[in-house]
Amino acid sequence: MKERIIITHAMKKYGDAVIIPNLSVEIKEGEFFTLLGPSGCGKTTLLRMIAGFNSIEGGDFYFNDNRINDIDPAKRNIGMVFQNYAIFPHLSVRKNVEFGLKNRKLAKDEITKRAEEYLKLMQIEELAERMPEKLSGGQQQRVALARALCIEPHVLLMDEPLSNLDAKLRVEMRTVIKNIQHSVGITTVYVTHDQEEAMAISDRIAVMKDGIIQHIGTPQNIYQRPANLFVSTFIGRSNIFDGGLVVKDGKTFLKLGEYETAIQKVQDKYRGNQKIIASIRPEELLMHREPGKGIKAIIDDCVFLGLNTHYFMHLEDGKEVESIQESTIDSIIAPGTEISLSLNVDKINLFTADGSVNILQGVRNDCATN
Amino acid sequence: MVRQHRRRDMWSGVTVTFVVLFVIFLVYPLLGILKQSVFDREGNFTLQEFVKFFSQPYYSRTILNSFEVTIAITLCTLLIGIPLAYFYSFYQLKGAKALFVISILCCMSAPFIGAYSWILLLGRSGVITQFFKNFLGIKIGSIYGFGGILLVQSLKLFPLVFIYMNGAFKNIDSSLMEASANLGCVGIKRFYRVVLNLSMPTILAASLLVFMRAFADFGTPLLIGEGYRTFPVEIYNQYLGENGTDHNFAAAISVIAITLTALVFFVQKWATSKFKFSINAMHPIEKKKPKGLKGVLIYIYCYVLVAIAFLPQVYVVYLSFRNSDQAIFKEGYSFSNYESAMNKLLGRSISNTLVLGMGSLVIIIICSILIAYLVVRRPSVTNNAIDTMSVLPYIMPGSVIGIAMVVAFGKPPIVLTGTMAIMILSFVIRRMPYTIRSANATLMQIPMSIEEASISLGTSKIKTFAKITVPMMTNGIISGAILSWVSIVTELSSSIILYNNRTITLTMSAYVAISRGNYGLACAFSAVLTVLTSLSLLLYLFISKSEDIKL
Ligand SMILES: Nc1ncnc2c1ncn2[C@@H]1O[C@H](COP(=O)(O)OP(=O)(O)O)[C@@H](O)[C@H]1O
Ligand SMILES: [Mg+2]
Repeated sequence: MKERIIITHAMKKYGDAVIIPNLSVEIKEGEFFTLLGPSGCGKTTLLRMIAGFNSIEGGDFYFNDNRINDIDPAKRNIGMVFQNYAIFPHLSVRKNVEFGLKNRKLAKDEITKRAEEYLKLMQIEELAERMPEKLSGGQQQRVALARALCIEPHVLLMDEPLSNLDAKLRVEMRTVIKNIQHSVGITTVYVTHDQEEAMAISDRIAVMKDGIIQHIGTPQNIYQRPANLFVSTFIGRSNIFDGGLVVKDGKTFLKLGEYETAIQKVQDKYRGNQKIIASIRPEELLMHREPGKGIKAIIDDCVFLGLNTHYFMHLEDGKEVESIQESTIDSIIAPGTEISLSLNVDKINLFTADGSVNILQGVRNDCATN
Repeated sequence: MVRQHRRRDMWSGVTVTFVVLFVIFLVYPLLGILKQSVFDREGNFTLQEFVKFFSQPYYSRTILNSFEVTIAITLCTLLIGIPLAYFYSFYQLKGAKALFVISILCCMSAPFIGAYSWILLLGRSGVITQFFKNFLGIKIGSIYGFGGILLVQSLKLFPLVFIYMNGAFKNIDSSLMEASANLGCVGIKRFYRVVLNLSMPTILAASLLVFMRAFADFGTPLLIGEGYRTFPVEIYNQYLGENGTDHNFAAAISVIAITLTALVFFVQKWATSKFKFSINAMHPIEKKKPKGLKGVLIYIYCYVLVAIAFLPQVYVVYLSFRNSDQAIFKEGYSFSNYESAMNKLLGRSISNTLVLGMGSLVIIIICSILIAYLVVRRPSVTNNAIDTMSVLPYIMPGSVIGIAMVVAFGKPPIVLTGTMAIMILSFVIRRMPYTIRSANATLMQIPMSIEEASISLGTSKIKTFAKITVPMMTNGIISGAILSWVSIVTELSSSIILYNNRTITLTMSAYVAISRGNYGLACAFSAVLTVLTSLSLLLYLFISKSEDIKL
């Protein structure tokens, strides 16, 4: 069964500290939805409010049309995967997986059958009789998933499930999780502070800061047209410039120091002379060896990473910037070389001077408060 | 995980139950003692008992005696225990496991067996004394008094130092030893400046543990102390002794005893917190093979020491098969001691011991799990108060608890004296602090998310507690419970006040036989007791598998 999760005006306090002031979000049925944000921003808190382990100080939580605020956590029919897996150490793998089934009024052979099915799905049927202490981190993760899924919950909640694994396993397991979620089709809320992981795995991402959702959108939306400066710097790397908008002859120009370039896609209400902040990703800075009319820069260091080469440089005013170029066969530009930079104007993002709003067209943000 | 508005549930009921239980069975008896110490028979407030104690050297001397001999014992155990631990941890000794097991058997033996056996060996008519006198013409000095207590208790308690120091030495990273060698500090100098200093917190902890044990010890000075009167024995003498009893005075001495041990306890807390630093070895030190003359000496030291410590128990078991008549052992071997033990309540003593021990243990485990849950998962003012109350008995000598029980439950409204219940009660009160502590520690290591996982899988809170929390905690405290069992089985200081013919235990039977000069009989009882405790400890070692033992 697939469920929508609707949260309206949720509020969370610990004592007098308001952790989540007023949060609303709608998670579609069957969607892989990720809460992404720096550590301490309230992701776990929100997830545990959905699960019923945290009290709710305000707002309403719905699964489809059922308000769940006052439903006992044991009755919410939720599958949950914890950061430390929370495998019961005194039960074998099979008993762990069967644990949730035994609370439902199921026939004995039905329990066995279902447990077997999910052990197979997670490819751990050979481990069924083992005790948890004999399992690796990745295997425990699979057990945790099988255990959470086999009760066929309405929603699946995962709190940083990969953070205890080493880097290689992390990449492998996120593919496993994504594939399983797609094949089961269960509505999933996933918490992580790792933006790369979030991008790789999610249908939609909610970027959070200080208990407030900044931007909800597909990974592509969020990367290409972040709703504000925080999102743009949190997702991927960015060079941040203070600059200005100048309108001449009905045309809008972006001005970064001496450098000026025409810019098309500014929203109408923001066309006008004003200070702005430009956020330019390393791949949006194009390097030119012959000094031209671009922004002058001097190479400090370069790192060859195979497909790309990563350049660190400084501008005339001392500002440090970085750029990524596709590696070419002939040569790497040596440190000390003076070059000029131009912009891939279509891709860069511009924000109001306080960084709060993206002034370009094309921002897609499902976040209700914006 | 403090929730602000917690709904009332089963746990609130548990809290209330424990508050009531503690008030009735702990606070009320302690207040009873306090009351008896400051009110005379007519009910007038008076401090005369305290004045009497401190003004008459005959009594106040007992405190000095206790401190004197306890400090001497503590130093002695360090002196012989640390080298043993060092050799054990830094050298590959053959039979190391046996050394370890026997050491534990020594320090967990019944409180009077050491003293009794040493009297039979070295006392006025002891075999060794006689041997020296008759064949070599040498007179061995008296082992009664200070020297005897020191000998018996040092040999019994040094294993505590040994076990604690093993833990500390194991945590010294070999890189620290190498770094010290690089800086030109090796050999004895390195042992002092690096090894011992790194182990300082443990040395303190161990010595204070030894101190508490030796200070509160009752059985040894009772048997071997003679004119050298120590504090715990004095409490008992005043309460039940042969020279007339004075309950008010005994109560006053009890209050003084609690105050003193509390003082020592807080000094220990303060000292350990001051010296606390954590070391954790990633590369434990590799054990060397002992070689040459040094190796031989190391072997001799370890084996002779442990053998001497174990001698009393072996000797008692041996004597239990010798023919005897009252205080005299005669030629020849038979089961006659056991036969007369059968006539002297051996069966009842064993079954009482098992029933009392098991009963107490079950109650202790159940209460400890519940209290640990309250304290760790639902901290609140009341629950923390329960925690504090439950560890209070930790600082109280056994005889004080025994007296408190009699004072509180010897008269209406609740009369329990002479029943099994009062014995169980005192055992539970005495041993629970240890189990609660290990239950607390175990529960703190179980992440909250394990319980939440269970709840999210549709299991109610109570079922989760029963099916997840309790089994996981039990694994953690079961080995500690066996140690509790052993110390309950060998308990002397409070049962000596509470027992009667119907509730007599093995330990008490052995003691009664000794005090009546029935030595063969006493050996038979002691031998049964020794076998019982040894088997329990072997089971413990088998279950716990590790050498990190919390005593
Ligand atoms: N039980 C609690 N009591 C008080 N404050 C808490 C508690 N749990 C979390 N917090 C606070 O709430 C904020 C959000 O925490 P959390 O949701 O765990 O962050 P995240 O999972 O995003 O890293 C943090 O500032 C944290 O200190
Ligand atoms: Mg978190």
